[in-house]
Amino acid sequence: MNSRWMQWFLVLLLAATLNLSPSLSGAATPEKKPAKGEEYGTSHFKNFTADHSKFDALKQEFKSGPEVTKACLSCHTEAGQQFQKTLHWRWKSPADPDGKIGKAGLVVNNYCISILSNEPRCTSCHTGYGWKDKTFDFAAQEKIDCLVCHEQTGTYEKFPTAAGNPVSEPTLFPMENKTYNPPEWNKVAQSVGLPTRKNCGTCHFFGGGGEGVKHGDLDSSMFKPNRALDVHMAMEGENFNCTRCHTTEKHMVSGRHYNVSATEDRRSLLESDIIKRITCVSCHTEKPHKPGVKANDHTDKVACQTCHIPEFARVNSTKMSWDWSKAGERQDGKPIKKMQDGRPVYDGMKGVFRWEKNVKPEYYWYNGVMRNVLLTDKIDPGKVTKLNYPEGNVQDPKSRIYPFKVHNGKGPYDKVHKTMVVPKIFGPKGSGAYWGDYDWKTAITKGMEYAGLPFSGEFDFTETQYMFQTTHMVAPKEKSVSCTECHTANGRLANLAGFYMPGRDSNRALNVIGWGSVIVALIVVLGHGAGRFVSRRRREKKNEQRDDE
Amino acid sequence: MSNAMTNEECALESIYLYTRFERFWHWVQAAFVVLLGLTGYEIHAGFTLFGFKRAVEWHNILGISWLVLYAFIVFWHLTTGQWKYYIPTTKMLFRVILYYAVGIFRGEPHPVPKSERVKHNPLQRLTYLAISVFLIPYQMVTGLLYYMYNSWPEMGITALSLSTIAFLHMAGAFALLVFLVVHVYMTTTGHSLTAHIKAMCSGYEEVPVQQK
Repeated sequence: MNSRWMQWFLVLLLAATLNLSPSLSGAATPEKKPAKGEEYGTSHFKNFTADHSKFDALKQEFKSGPEVTKACLSCHTEAGQQFQKTLHWRWKSPADPDGKIGKAGLVVNNYCISILSNEPRCTSCHTGYGWKDKTFDFAAQEKIDCLVCHEQTGTYEKFPTAAGNPVSEPTLFPMENKTYNPPEWNKVAQSVGLPTRKNCGTCHFFGGGGEGVKHGDLDSSMFKPNRALDVHMAMEGENFNCTRCHTTEKHMVSGRHYNVSATEDRRSLLESDIIKRITCVSCHTEKPHKPGVKANDHTDKVACQTCHIPEFARVNSTKMSWDWSKAGERQDGKPIKKMQDGRPVYDGMKGVFRWEKNVKPEYYWYNGVMRNVLLTDKIDPGKVTKLNYPEGNVQDPKSRIYPFKVHNGKGPYDKVHKTMVVPKIFGPKGSGAYWGDYDWKTAITKGMEYAGLPFSGEFDFTETQYMFQTTHMVAPKEKSVSCTECHTANGRLANLAGFYMPGRDSNRALNVIGWGSVIVALIVVLGHGAGRFVSRRRREKKNEQRDDE
Repeated sequence: MSNAMTNEECALESIYLYTRFERFWHWVQAAFVVLLGLTGYEIHAGFTLFGFKRAVEWHNILGISWLVLYAFIVFWHLTTGQWKYYIPTTKMLFRVILYYAVGIFRGEPHPVPKSERVKHNPLQRLTYLAISVFLIPYQMVTGLLYYMYNSWPEMGITALSLSTIAFLHMAGAFALLVFLVVHVYMTTTGHSLTAHIKAMCSGYEEVPVQQK
């Protein structure tokens, strides 16, 4: 209300016009080069109290990851059991007692569909060593991979198909045509520190098995972003680490997962300085704009991301669709691969892909909870199945309009049971895996058998969708979405119904009656005027005649 | 017939009808109607003229400015006694209507010529009174409610929806636009096409010499 009285005051002073000047002062972030060792985010080394290279426990000779982990746990006594409760370890939502929600549970996606029976490939991104199948011992603390998140040499790599293990001797990965080297265990172990963008990005920028496959707002461009790409993480600016917002307690990294929203707490640090900094509101408050700016009135219905992330995939393209049904084309037994603009558009192993750059998000009401279709849920193959979808609606005070990347897919389903199915995709020739033998029926049979789920033997492909809330790549404010892009007939929010939005909505009858009245008035006055003109001419003529007489 | 003086031929004299403040508020309100109409329609229909953001800002500032001016206008009317010129009357009303419907085409003189005593004919009195006392305040109330949409919960307003208030405000805007069309046309009905416009600029209205 204050701002309103302020505006009144300005008007009274007849100084109102001053208020019209654009308020884009432009954030004058001083151009500065990141300090050495800070190219992946602010390093904690300038503020640490323990130099791990001086610890005897880390000077012993290591030959494997688990040996390093034991050394870590010898001092960090609680870290093991803390970490084993997290989503990063379990790949199941800690909030789901049934263990169904999660990659290791029964959720299905548009990418490699499910990890079940495909573990060795997928778990190259697991924070552990050796999760090759369901016999993996999740209670074994030495199986935790501390290094992938904490090492700071940038040399530590896990082999893409080795169930989370690094190699023990140099090994070529033919798909990438890249040789992976065994880690220098002592060097990496002694380098440990708090995670930087390099640590998190090693997995999260390549989700789905490659850069930009899953998220449109997380890819390798975010390792070293500039201000145009992300105002917070920009190297020349604040150089945020991921954990600057994803605040972490006892190894539990804050953030949204499945049906658990990132936080329910909408307080700012001014109200409590121990809150998680996971939301924009934490630092920017609920009224982030200058007093009197209309955008402040939007924060109860529109998420910050909606205006401040005008497009995602602004540097590298992101995968927008994946059609498994076209997979299988091979030449001389080898899968065909077609590239376009540096990205695969066809892969005999995987099908047809579509990539896009500078993508405008789609918008949905969202309260922080995503719902997932499970392998046991019935689907309608005649419709596009939303394998996950945001929960929320216009009436819900917790919901706001959020931007999403919507990825379209086409994947296998059981024609009789009307469920999505998990095919065994990864495995050598003769294992029944699709990438070994290229037979869908066998692959699905193997996958469903592994998952302990029924398969009728009849399958087809159905259209699916998978959504990612877009929250990274926050653009500079001068690039934010302008009012007109939504407040117009066919704008960005054209698909959202159930509320009145000026500029987009209007009452048709009122428009017709209103303009109709104006037109009638115009016709009447023009007719009246014409009548006056004609009658006057006639009178003048008459007068002339009379004068002539 | 031949000695009947028509409107077009009669002798004219100048009388000072519209004071400086009256002319000021008239033209400022005219500007308000036009600018509020343009910015308002941009907000309503989403076409691009000023840009939605600027249209909203201008519309808010213009609207509030009008409220302030309106307060001054009311004060002026009350203190100067000018309000008396707007007392509605039905006397001669029918004659005036008949004049605009028929007489004007015959070149007959206006049945209620302007004078210091009669600034507005009965039809004008009714119209201007209705506009000033009903339509403009109606637009102010609906406009203010629209403007304060985000404070409705604090104000205890729960029964109203944004679409309703937008509808009401827009309906008022159309009514003003209809008035504007007719009003502008009526300025051409003086002894010359621009006589009334000139009068509203200079303050001097040229009226037929009254036979006393």
